Amino acid sequence: MPSSTTRIVVNGAPHDVVADPDTPLLYVLRDDLGLSGPKFGCGLGQCGACTVHIDGLAVRSCRTPLSTAARGPITTIEGLGSPDKPHPVQRAFIEAQAAQCGYCSNGMIMAAAALVARNKRPTRTQIRSTLNGNLCRCGTHMRIIRAVERAAELSVVRTGGDGDD
Amino acid sequence: MTSTLSRRDFLKDTGVLIIGFSFAGRTAFGAPGAQRQASPPLASDLDSWLVVAADGSITVFCGKVELGTGVSTALRQIVAEELNAPFERIAWVQGDSDRTVDQGSTVGSQSIKRGGAQLRQAAAEARAALLEMASARLGVPVDSLVVSNGVVTERSGTKRMTFGELVGGKRFERTVSGKAKTKSPADYTIVGTPVPRVELPAKMTGRHVYVHDVHVDGMLHGRVVRPASVGAKLLSVDDGALRDLPGARVVRKGDFLGVVAEREQDAIRASRMLVATWSPSETLPPMAELHETLMKIPATDRVVTDSGGVPAAIARAAKTVKARYTWPFQMHGSIGASCAVADVKRDSATIWSSTQGAHTLKNALAQLIGLPSDKVRVIWTEGSGCYGHNGSDDAAADAALLSQSVGRPVRLQWSRADEHGWEPKGVAMVMDVAAGLDEGGRIVGWDYAVWTPTHSSRPGGGANGAANFLAAQLAGAVPTARPSLGGDRNSRHTYTVSDTRVVAHLLQSAPLRTSSFRGLGSPQNSFANESFMDELAVAAAADPVEFRLRHLTDPRAVAVVKAAARLAQWEPRVAHSKNANSGASGALHGRGMAFVQYEGTEAYVAAIVDVDVDPTAHTVRVTHACIAHDCGLIVNPDGLRNQIEGNVIQGVSRTLKEAVAFDRSRVTSLDWRSYPILTFAEVPDAIEIELIDHPELPSVGAGEASTSPIPGAIANAIFDATGRRLRDVPLRV
Repeated sequence: MPSSTTRIVVNGAPHDVVADPDTPLLYVLRDDLGLSGPKFGCGLGQCGACTVHIDGLAVRSCRTPLSTAARGPITTIEGLGSPDKPHPVQRAFIEAQAAQCGYCSNGMIMAAAALVARNKRPTRTQIRSTLNGNLCRCGTHMRIIRAVERAAELSVVRTGGDGDD
Repeated sequence: MTSTLSRRDFLKDTGVLIIGFSFAGRTAFGAPGAQRQASPPLASDLDSWLVVAADGSITVFCGKVELGTGVSTALRQIVAEELNAPFERIAWVQGDSDRTVDQGSTVGSQSIKRGGAQLRQAAAEARAALLEMASARLGVPVDSLVVSNGVVTERSGTKRMTFGELVGGKRFERTVSGKAKTKSPADYTIVGTPVPRVELPAKMTGRHVYVHDVHVDGMLHGRVVRPASVGAKLLSVDDGALRDLPGARVVRKGDFLGVVAEREQDAIRASRMLVATWSPSETLPPMAELHETLMKIPATDRVVTDSGGVPAAIARAAKTVKARYTWPFQMHGSIGASCAVADVKRDSATIWSSTQGAHTLKNALAQLIGLPSDKVRVIWTEGSGCYGHNGSDDAAADAALLSQSVGRPVRLQWSRADEHGWEPKGVAMVMDVAAGLDEGGRIVGWDYAVWTPTHSSRPGGGANGAANFLAAQLAGAVPTARPSLGGDRNSRHTYTVSDTRVVAHLLQSAPLRTSSFRGLGSPQNSFANESFMDELAVAAAADPVEFRLRHLTDPRAVAVVKAAARLAQWEPRVAHSKNANSGASGALHGRGMAFVQYEGTEAYVAAIVDVDVDPTAHTVRVTHACIAHDCGLIVNPDGLRNQIEGNVIQGVSRTLKEAVAFDRSRVTSLDWRSYPILTFAEVPDAIEIELIDHPELPSVGAGEASTSPIPGAIANAIFDATGRRLRDVPLRV
């Protein structure tokens, strides 16, 4: 397959990736950059486990070719925050114990962070509708909804609403 | 055996990657000098269970594994409690066939009940040992010493020694007698508290290492290519199109077909570009005839219970009721498609797998690849939640075959279609019930029959244990017939009825490969029993809650039913007696209840659910659920609530939405559109839970129990709303 060099900016750092530009961003992040926070769930854009931010928007990295991903700065869950300095959404998920296996959590957190960044006080209906394309099989939905509500409160306190990045 | 796993580690906040971090260098876990014994560690040896380092930190080696339920946190609470050690100083090694005791697979809601009991004994033994050591070293009697927070202190005096000073870096050299005195639950300070999950900060920040994230130096990426139909034979393979893919190779063993490549994207391409020709095969029944087909399959009949008087009792009854209920094939539906990493060398092998049973898997993989079992090591690594026997073990076998064939480590990742199409399915069943009521509205005879394929086809168990792997079957292996398991779970109702007969027709085969899915046969049987209980209540013109209480004598059963009714502010009435059920939106509203004691021996659960039924749009939504739950001693109440909430939501999903679709050749539910599960828009508005704690009683299984009453409660609520009795899952209005 034709390989070429593509420059992408991930979590603030530039990377020159040698790969077919059609390669889904997910595999570049996981295999080339060692960022395994975004997860493979379906490869079909149906479950949300692979979600990352490009230009602040939540996108499915399993369906985003490397060439498209190069058009804006990419943030993965590793870049959102760390165990020592969690993003308000991550902090709220931890406080609400809003996970079981945690495999879907990457997508839940990235989708929620994008929502909270543009909507300081999302309603419960808006949260449900934003996360409706993110699947959870353990059944932690109730806690996730509570965590996103809490995250919105934390974001307002911390940053005046510019919660993302 | 040393491992050469190189894990990518991510330096905090800097974005710098370190590649080549040696796993082998970390095996001591800060316990220098504490050599692990030969594989597998013996349960009778205290040193198999825990190691205390010189700095007082403790490493526990646990055979039970974290499946996403929080059990590794709860088990750690049990150890910290019994050892009087600080919870945060306890590190945890799980499911490593070389380093952890074989505590049996992590199945059947037994991890706290049985696994926890073993760990409690080991910790109590260690505490006794530490007290004896301190007594000898300090020259004071044992009963003048107290243990607190990892320190042994003189009760009235100043002498003290830390665990690290007493045993740090050395072995206990002591047998777990099983007789060490354990604490009184009245003295518990850690067990019974909502300790936050240990691994969640790593999981919520993308740092947790799942099996999907294991990276071994030199590994290739692998994919499997499954047959076009169930039972199809591989006629030919043309790999000409793969020539330009770096490192792409094809592996074939009979009908087992796989590819490897240097890059993951190339492995995916190779799996798609490979031209495989399969024989036509039509082994599946028409989907509409699934349940009739099941009832015609040769079966071994097991009489679960028979009081002898059932036919006569029903013949004498004032009123008789009978009904048939059905349940479809369902899937575990793990969000992460199954994955495994295998490094098979000429004389040894290491496999990273999200298996529920590292020791069992090790033995089966050793058979599969023809190595002595002591040369194979399985390192459990957490996967996506599995809810039973999903594709994890099969993926491990796929990875091992590919690695062995190409002579390189292989990371094998299933596609979504591989997972949906080929994971072992949750079991389709048929349940027939008949019963009689006397003049006073008491049940006088209960006759129950269930037709069920086996709920267990795990690998392992004997000389032909590897034949249960999908890969082995594709390569030509034929599994040895084993006793059917799980289909009679909760087939016997949990009520006091003078005459009951339960017969399980254990089918000797099934159209699709089946195995354990949360609750095994319990959700199906409980759906039948609890729907039928409601049908009897209607026939007896009785309130469904009062009718159940009429037939319950166990005080713990009575307590959960009453607690759920109180929580839900249940208003007594005969189901569907009020026709003014419409809500403002035109939806019909109803509520239903169900009660189950899981397996007849485990947790007691009562559920009351509210539904909104839209008869025009043909939709049902569970808007509210109230659960009362008694599993004896509660170790971590928040972990338990999390598990119950999950069981409710998964139970609603299975009841209202899920059925594996198939045509005559193959499963056609191959993605999340063709096998939809409950979404955020559909989950209840609230789930209320009342936990009934019994610190004086042993913990019993709570992992699966609260799934079982959900299907019946929903069917009963739909009847209340509409007057229609739905007996076929998924329930469609």
